Amino acid sequence: MRLELRGITKTFGSVAANSAIDLTVEPGEIHCLLGENGAGKSTLMNILYGLLTPDSGQIVVDGQTREFTSPGDAIKAGIGMVHQHFMLVPVFTVAENLVLGNEESRGGPLGWLDRRKAKADVKEVSARYGLPVDPEALIEDLPVGVQQRVEIVKALMRDAEVLILDEPTAVLTPQETEELFTVMRGLKAAGKSVVFITHKLNEVRAIADRITVIRRGAVVGSAEPTASARELASLMVGRDVRLVVEKEPREPGEVALSVRGLKVTDDRGFLAVDDVSFDLHAGEVLGVAGVQGNGQTELVEALTGLRAATGSAELFGRQLVGASPRAVLRQGLGHVPEDRQHDGLVPDFSIAENLVLDQFDNKPFGGLLTLDLDAIAKNGADRLAEFDIRAESERTPAGALSGGNQQKVVVARALQRDPSLLIASQPTRGVDVGAMEFIHKRIVEQRDAGKPVLIVSTELDEITALSDRIAVMYRGKIVGIVPPDTSNEELGLLMAGGSGDEAEASLEAEAVEPVAEAVAEPDIEAEAVEPVVESETPAETGQPAAEETPAADQSSESADE
Amino acid sequence: MAVATIAAAPTAIAGGTEADTRRYTAGATQIIMGLVMLLGFGLGTRTAHGASTTFGMTLVSKQGTHVPDWVFPARPVIVALAVVVVLLGAARLAVQLPRRWRLIGTSVVLFCFTFAFMAWSAADPKGGERLILPSVLDSMVIAAVPLVLGALGGVVGERSGVVNVAIEGQLLFGGFMTALVGTATHSLWIGVIAGVLAGALMGLLLAVLAIRYLIEQVVLGVVLNLLALGVTGFLFKSLMQTNQNSYNNLTPFTTVRIPGLASIWVIGPVAFDQPLIVYIAVFLVMLVHLGLFHTRWGLRTRAVGEHPAAADTVGVKVLRLRYRNVMLGGAFAGLGGAWLVGNVGNFTENMTNGKGFIALAAVIFGRWSPFGALAAAALFGFTDALASQTSSLQLPIPSDLLTTLPYVATLFAVAGLIGRVRAPAADGKPYIKG
Repeated sequence: MRLELRGITKTFGSVAANSAIDLTVEPGEIHCLLGENGAGKSTLMNILYGLLTPDSGQIVVDGQTREFTSPGDAIKAGIGMVHQHFMLVPVFTVAENLVLGNEESRGGPLGWLDRRKAKADVKEVSARYGLPVDPEALIEDLPVGVQQRVEIVKALMRDAEVLILDEPTAVLTPQETEELFTVMRGLKAAGKSVVFITHKLNEVRAIADRITVIRRGAVVGSAEPTASARELASLMVGRDVRLVVEKEPREPGEVALSVRGLKVTDDRGFLAVDDVSFDLHAGEVLGVAGVQGNGQTELVEALTGLRAATGSAELFGRQLVGASPRAVLRQGLGHVPEDRQHDGLVPDFSIAENLVLDQFDNKPFGGLLTLDLDAIAKNGADRLAEFDIRAESERTPAGALSGGNQQKVVVARALQRDPSLLIASQPTRGVDVGAMEFIHKRIVEQRDAGKPVLIVSTELDEITALSDRIAVMYRGKIVGIVPPDTSNEELGLLMAGGSGDEAEASLEAEAVEPVAEAVAEPDIEAEAVEPVVESETPAETGQPAAEETPAADQSSESADE
Repeated sequence: MAVATIAAAPTAIAGGTEADTRRYTAGATQIIMGLVMLLGFGLGTRTAHGASTTFGMTLVSKQGTHVPDWVFPARPVIVALAVVVVLLGAARLAVQLPRRWRLIGTSVVLFCFTFAFMAWSAADPKGGERLILPSVLDSMVIAAVPLVLGALGGVVGERSGVVNVAIEGQLLFGGFMTALVGTATHSLWIGVIAGVLAGALMGLLLAVLAIRYLIEQVVLGVVLNLLALGVTGFLFKSLMQTNQNSYNNLTPFTTVRIPGLASIWVIGPVAFDQPLIVYIAVFLVMLVHLGLFHTRWGLRTRAVGEHPAAADTVGVKVLRLRYRNVMLGGAFAGLGGAWLVGNVGNFTENMTNGKGFIALAAVIFGRWSPFGALAAAALFGFTDALASQTSSLQLPIPSDLLTTLPYVATLFAVAGLIGRVRAPAADGKPYIKG
């Protein structure tokens, strides 16, 4: 199927989300739509999927002009979409989700559900495209990666010829991303076209056949996948972007945060952080790497007073374990929570209000009884300009921002207070390269100002770029603390549980050397590690998630527009 | 050198989990219930002096074979039941039983407690007092019907994501129209149809205001209840009170006796010799259950109530389905109102007297499922019946206090102490496209 968009224009109020966009998707190609947060990619795709009506322009399918007033029309025309927020009913089984809206062909005259046929159909389609899913599993029990697979199967069951994937990798671990790419190549081989929306340059270069770049609602050019990341970045952002974090080597100062024997249990009563000890020095960035769900979330929650813990964590001699979040904030913590939608923002509050959530009761924003609204508004306007938050004004509700801009608000709040300790989980989740460059620069500035910084990220590139030392977590333990020039392969091995025995006991700075040595023999390690990697992905069988998969992930990314 | 970690699995920490907390709460509650039975009922003054309990077993108002009274010594029986309950509570406390056994245990405990209470209330040294068991059950059925129908109305609405607090108003308006139209047409059944339509109309009003005008649904429900109360109250005073015969005078429902089944020992006259609407209510419960869980309509209804955007993206018309379901729910509640009027033959001001809210409690207590709603309505109806039937026995407990018991239970249920109660995820949240 050949799909053409001609002169699509859509304005919201005074803002042109799309202006005269032309786009052609050939059969059997993987077409990347590259653009910054809020560039208008999702708006364009929602128009294509019948969720929005364009002000002007045409959608042409195989030479015929079509009008889509609802997703039903788009589905009939052979267009399938995997939304950033999955459109799956969590309490339904996979099979129920897959037949929803399409039950007619399977029901009797009374609309009786034929569950057996539904299961058989699901199995047939999933076998045909090599996308294993268990039809009887409940969606809420599945890892995010498998839920996404269910979404793809859903589109295929409706005979989609063009599949739109809206920022599909935003919620995936690196392994899951690789699996997704394999699936995409398989779909291409089966003659389907894939429209892949993203702002991640390395992914584009890995998978795309053609690349269309959108900036501020307009097509600014197309590129070949052979283009360098730097070329793509400057096309996307509209200026030259430095992709490498510039940072001078710096001698770390005294110990700022000292963690000893920290144990934290997760929501289900399992030990998520198991006897973790480390030191974080002033003027140092310690990066915590690891596959999502190996205790990083609980570690940060324990340090920020959000979760009960045992053991000790002293910030400049003051105990953080057992302290309330407010007490920890009073000590000057700047915190970028992992899930901005859940923990980072009050969506109905304005940007200005969100920016002072951790300091509203302190000068200059307020006192014992009152808020200084002028100070709050001025602070909001200042941060808007400083962090290039794209919004109408500081009075705009935070929930109305695109994901990347929401992230900028959260980061701005943590940094504006000149924190005594900065803890940032996934600091650049969902933000584009331009904003990423800026946020990284600001984090390094904190370090250079002699502040201790703890970074938690599942993006290895981010960890290696920012960190002075890297701690790798696996199943609740720190399995090694290594220097930042450690290769990604070695880090990957550690993340899969590589040299757990050696590293768990002592994690003093002195221990760095032996740990690093232990992982410097990838050949020997590889064999022992491989089965672990396999067992890490219950995804394969579509079975309910093992401990490693937090359900919260699903809601963590926001719409692009 | 690195294989050791592969086997390392997260360790469960004993204590502090939700399941344990629930186990302790349930076990302790059951033991306390056993002690209340033992000290309050079994060893109290009412059962002293060799008092015996007399249960009447024949429903006087209906035809059926005469069953002789059931007389037994009060104290030994109650004490024995109390011991059973304490032992079950101790077992619950001591070990984590599988779900099946927990359910059986809880049911036995509730049965023993109820039986002990009844045996205590009908205990008398002289043997003069008696409690007629089939009468209790018959009152229970009569009281439960409007609750079941109202709750069904709540279930179909809330399953598709619209909170229906207006059940009370739908019952009331349905009842009023039944009386008015039924009397005017000299046909109770035309009145019943009018009542059903009136309920559906109230449902439509709720749907339009909630779905189209996005009014907060709980507040809206309360306002609609007040509207129904005001309008029916006004019309009752200005129309019906002055001219009872031409506007508010119906021949009540007659019972429909099912041959054979109605002759079953004790239960027969209660279960199979009732007005048609009783059977219809039970039939509707089954129908809605099958519909919700086995048909296209049900799948879509539940999808719209859980994740309307997901339903929308696969071509389900979210708002249309919500309109339909809320109207259908109103119709069910309207039938409940018709029952209230048809059972006594006339309408009185505010005759629902909170039954709609009790039906709402039944929706929640029954976990948004039709059979759950039926069970909850039966429970509420039973305590209601027990309170009224024991009122002549001069109990030391005020009967009003007794009738509050099921609502205390509902509070606990909503607070999550009796298993997990989860409303449809999009319940009460309007769906706005884009």
